[in-house]
Amino acid sequence: MATIWVIASVVVDVLFWTLLGPHMAPGRLTSTAGADQTDFNILVVIALPVMIAVWVFLGYSIRTWSAKRGGPEPVGGEAARGNKKVQTIWIVTTTVIVLFLAGFGTVALIGDHGSGGGEGPNPIWAPSGATAAETAALTKSDSWSPSSGKVLVVQVIAQQWKFTYRYPQFGGFETTQLMLPADTSIAFNVTSLDVIHSFWAYQLGVKADANPQENNVAFTDTKSPGSFIVRCSELCGLWHGAMSNNGNVVSPSDFESWATGTEAANAKNTKLLAPFAWTYVPDANGAAGGYYIDSNVTPYSNSELYGAKPSS
Amino acid sequence: MTITADRTEVDATGNDAPPDTGGGPKSSARPGWLSQHVGTALVCAVIGYVIGHWFGNYISSDYIYIANSGSNAVADTLALALGAVGWLAGIGALNYPAAKMIGREAKSSETVDHWSKYVRFSTDHKVVGLQYIVGVLLFLFTGGLLAMAIRTELLSPTTHVFGPGTYIEIVSEHGTIMMMMASSLVVGPLGNYFVPLMIGARRTAFPRIEAFSFWLFMAGYGVIVSALPYGGFPTGWTGYAPLQTQAGVGMISYLLGFAIIGAGMMAAGFNLLVTIIHYRAPGMTWSRIPIFVWSILATAALLCLATPVLFAAGMFGVLDKTVQTAFYVTEHGGSSYLWQNLFWFFGHPEVYIMALPGFGIVGELMPVFTRKPLFAYKVAAAGMIGVALLSFFVWQHHLFQSGIDPDMRPLFMLTTELISIPTGFIFLVGMGTLYKAKIRFEVPMLFVMAVFFNFLIGGITGVFLSDVPVDVTVHGGFFVLSHFHYTIMGGLVFAFMAGVYYWMPKMSGKMMNKKLGLAHFWTMFVFFNLTFFPMFIIGLLGQPRRVFTYAKGLQGLNDFSSVSAFLLGLSFLIFLFNLLYSMWINPVKAPANPWDSLGLEWQTASPIPPHNFDRIPVIMADPYHYSEEGAPPLADFGAGPRENVSAASASTATSVSEE
Repeated sequence: MATIWVIASVVVDVLFWTLLGPHMAPGRLTSTAGADQTDFNILVVIALPVMIAVWVFLGYSIRTWSAKRGGPEPVGGEAARGNKKVQTIWIVTTTVIVLFLAGFGTVALIGDHGSGGGEGPNPIWAPSGATAAETAALTKSDSWSPSSGKVLVVQVIAQQWKFTYRYPQFGGFETTQLMLPADTSIAFNVTSLDVIHSFWAYQLGVKADANPQENNVAFTDTKSPGSFIVRCSELCGLWHGAMSNNGNVVSPSDFESWATGTEAANAKNTKLLAPFAWTYVPDANGAAGGYYIDSNVTPYSNSELYGAKPSS
Repeated sequence: MTITADRTEVDATGNDAPPDTGGGPKSSARPGWLSQHVGTALVCAVIGYVIGHWFGNYISSDYIYIANSGSNAVADTLALALGAVGWLAGIGALNYPAAKMIGREAKSSETVDHWSKYVRFSTDHKVVGLQYIVGVLLFLFTGGLLAMAIRTELLSPTTHVFGPGTYIEIVSEHGTIMMMMASSLVVGPLGNYFVPLMIGARRTAFPRIEAFSFWLFMAGYGVIVSALPYGGFPTGWTGYAPLQTQAGVGMISYLLGFAIIGAGMMAAGFNLLVTIIHYRAPGMTWSRIPIFVWSILATAALLCLATPVLFAAGMFGVLDKTVQTAFYVTEHGGSSYLWQNLFWFFGHPEVYIMALPGFGIVGELMPVFTRKPLFAYKVAAAGMIGVALLSFFVWQHHLFQSGIDPDMRPLFMLTTELISIPTGFIFLVGMGTLYKAKIRFEVPMLFVMAVFFNFLIGGITGVFLSDVPVDVTVHGGFFVLSHFHYTIMGGLVFAFMAGVYYWMPKMSGKMMNKKLGLAHFWTMFVFFNLTFFPMFIIGLLGQPRRVFTYAKGLQGLNDFSSVSAFLLGLSFLIFLFNLLYSMWINPVKAPANPWDSLGLEWQTASPIPPHNFDRIPVIMADPYHYSEEGAPPLADFGAGPRENVSAASASTATSVSEE
């Protein structure tokens, strides 16, 4: 039984790691996506031997200890009621695996700047330069260019039932197109105008809930150019199922020309928009999608940098 | 049995006289269609609904109307609430407290020995258990039909059968009904029926509360189903807040429905908790109570401690919708996170409310079918208590991406992974019991083996979800959906089926048909896995939950899952047919102890007399002394039964030492 288990575990693990592993979700378009994929694969490699152990045991007992096969009568009594050694080994083994997994998960989470998950208005695991970029974005004193090596700040505004994006380092224009430069750290600032949505950029390995009047920040580092899909992954009402769009990671220079071009083309509209802020309140009387700047400071904000009331 | 007689009886202390109740001509004092039964309850519910609606409009006629519906939230709330009160009054659940409140002696709510006791307010735990079976099956099949509708819509990647509004209504209703069903699936029917029998008690501690919990459960069914004609609610079973505040009248059905079901869960849990602690027969020490009773004990504790949070959260929501408080309204000082935290503070213990009774059934049945004692009994019991305790410390893993303070994330990742240790004990117990056993693969045992297979997948994928980096990809997608169907359906519903096949002969005196049982088992096992395993892949490929459109490339997998789901639905029809066939069409009388179980519940007379035990047994050993030379007798059943001598002697005193 033990031999079957060892052989099956090794074979299945190796097959998984080499054949399926590189294709597992969510791909390797960004640093977080790649790290999430690696984490997933490591968990599978640990989980498979555990599952195989149980299945081999169940299969073996069905085959060997079935009443139909005759076989010796089972023996009851104290010996069958427990075995200190077996129980201790079981408890110690599962505890070690579990503690290892928790430690591993924590290291992966912190080392990867929150793994692309939403960290709320005051992120504690930010890539270097993110705090400065966010501060500058809010005071509208910043710009981004491929050579600057800065963090690109993107705001995601979710509402029933679409996502729009604002680029504060390019005059704060708003667009329905999500374009990102390759080889760049991105700080997504996710907020909502109505109910809770969730910004899920599948191939980027980014997921952050969009909460009304709350800034939820998530980080990732883009690697290579490619396209990705964005879907809402928190039930947000009638058209939740159709709330999606596509985005592209393009080369930094292409991105810059797109961004400056759109900034110029949208300049007239941008003037009419509410000034850039981390959160907004919807304009109940205006046309669909209209919003004002949120006059309240984001509730959880104790930081001067994130979620602070903009100066304008 | 009568309530008045109960109070004179000295419970659980020995051989005093059995209550002079049950059967007999003198207790058939309440026949006739005018006395209180489910029909009068329905009439009173309608009357309550109408009065509530009128009163709501009267006190707030131009106050709060729900946008675009022409409907008054206060009127709708009061209508449903008074409808539920009317239902309870109509069935007679309020007779006793009402009489006491005006200083009168209450009329006894004795159980008439007539088939109509099953549609009346009965305080006999065995009647309530059977009523609960009908109740949970009603929930199960309603939710199942909705599941078929979901899978029909998902046959195509665009919307084609239902519009998005109807679809989201169906999804939300399916989730909510199934969660309500699953929280009572085992505790209600099997817990109420068998816990007193297993611990050697004549009744539960609070028979009126036990009956009250069942009729509240059914009131909850009416209220949650009322969401459908009201246009449903768009929030799914989780009811997240700004959407909840925005939603129409159906949302009130959800909030009140969960509050009513929650009150029923608290009542049921409280009753069973006290019963297990205080009504054990002499000698039924903590190390001798069956493992099923341990699981119900842990579950009952969770029901008592977690459900009040749901109740309060639901009431806040009702207040937000009716009198314009702002518990969940961000722009008025409330917080949408408040609902998420309160809901999941209930919601995660709720997960174990649904899982633990399944473990209990599995642990209880394994020794019977392996002819071996339960392996590591103490570890199993400790595991259940450990799961129950830890379950209060994991809720924020549902909020990993929500934008709450991130520095709690490693802690909740740790606690969530820690809970897999006591959960895993059930595998230690199961595998230890199977070792060198002589396994009889009867239908209940097949379901038990299936629980191990399914729950392994469900449990291991739970570890994936607890890992924050992996959760970024799988949160809110079909991976999660598949995970909890594997634990709740693959674990609990399969265990419930094992319990039904195993205990039905005791409950009804009739055997379940084995051939139909085998057909039911194999179709259910195969198509359950074929339905839900592809959903792990669908989820990893990026399909979010609760959507009616998905990527075109996922159609193949979705169609495969849908067709399997329809066949899974067919499997449930086989079960239903088997139930009808074995109970009414072609009943086969069951032997007193068809599985040769040592459990105390099988040593009672068949059919079980209303007072369960003529003499309270004195317990001498735990019920797992299988295949043991010189095993001690299970219990001393006394000098002999005092009534039903001929029926009782066949099984009461002689069946312990058959090994």
